[in-house]
Amino acid sequence: MNNWKMLTLVGQDKPGIVAKITMALYDVGAKLGEASMMRLGGNFTIMLMLKSELSIDELKESIDVVCKSMKLNSSFQDIEANLHQHEIPDARITVYGADRSGIVAKATSHLLEAGFNIMDLESDVAGSEEEPIYIMHIEGVAADGIEALEKAIDKIKSDEVNVDMTPIDVMIG
Amino acid sequence: MAVLDILKYPDETLKQISDPVESFDKGLQKFLADLEETMRAGPGGVGIAAPQVGKFRRIAIVDVSAKPRSSKREVKHNGCMILINPEIKTWDGMKIGREGCMSVPDYTGNVIRAEKITLQASNAQGELIEYECVAYEARAVQHELDHLDGLLFLDRLVSRRTDLFKRKVYK
Repeated sequence: MNNWKMLTLVGQDKPGIVAKITMALYDVGAKLGEASMMRLGGNFTIMLMLKSELSIDELKESIDVVCKSMKLNSSFQDIEANLHQHEIPDARITVYGADRSGIVAKATSHLLEAGFNIMDLESDVAGSEEEPIYIMHIEGVAADGIEALEKAIDKIKSDEVNVDMTPIDVMIG
Repeated sequence: MAVLDILKYPDETLKQISDPVESFDKGLQKFLADLEETMRAGPGGVGIAAPQVGKFRRIAIVDVSAKPRSSKREVKHNGCMILINPEIKTWDGMKIGREGCMSVPDYTGNVIRAEKITLQASNAQGELIEYECVAYEARAVQHELDHLDGLLFLDRLVSRRTDLFKRKVYK
């Protein structure tokens, strides 16, 4: 039976969230899988794969004390693990410009048209409050080839943002 | 010739330092042939080091000439390099690139390597040869030579958020 779950957790950032949550899960015998944890604005966010025979209610109960004391919102859902099937990204794209609505929507729509599958996206709002800038890094697989991707990059450029695409040539040794 | 078994981390023997080759005999020639065949049998393998097949001698093979590229740029290379008792003499520049390893399946990560190196190594006949390697080939050589000192690319990973990818050249 597949006992993998995804824990999604968000709360105001403070020291101790990772240690306390993972210790609570360890104490109930959960086995952790892949994770992405990062600070977004002043919030700490966790996406964490875990394997446990406990039900979702029992897992929620196991981290309840920590969540209440640290004011964290969490949810668990059933997932397929699909481990050991990492795809290798073949392109990295950086988009940046004066922050405004639609940068992500337009850029990623052009990428989608070019058959690009996003595997990883990180973005930051930087600059000042008066003049914010938006910086986004994307990695993924150009399923229709790098040339199709280059055409998409040109289309994104015309939308008043700076775009740079670097093919990722993985060296396997 | 034979395709040899690849040791895979967490096999701790991959972390040991290999000894220099002293005799360029028939046994060495047979091993080199097997090692090269093993490298070419690996998916996308452009290099291999003797410790990866459990032989702890300072031997590596690098051949990036057949690598299918996602970009149109030409790769400068020295063809198939048999590197015995190799020694890097100079390092120049640095660049982040993505690496994977036959000894670490299902994982790739970013590693900083010198962009340009010069090295000397003996060939299969024991003749000392000097090479200059740049870019992708320089990366492959540094990755393989690390194996001879018990280092994996896992020992040199940099954060995914570290962005030192080469930008446009400003004129």
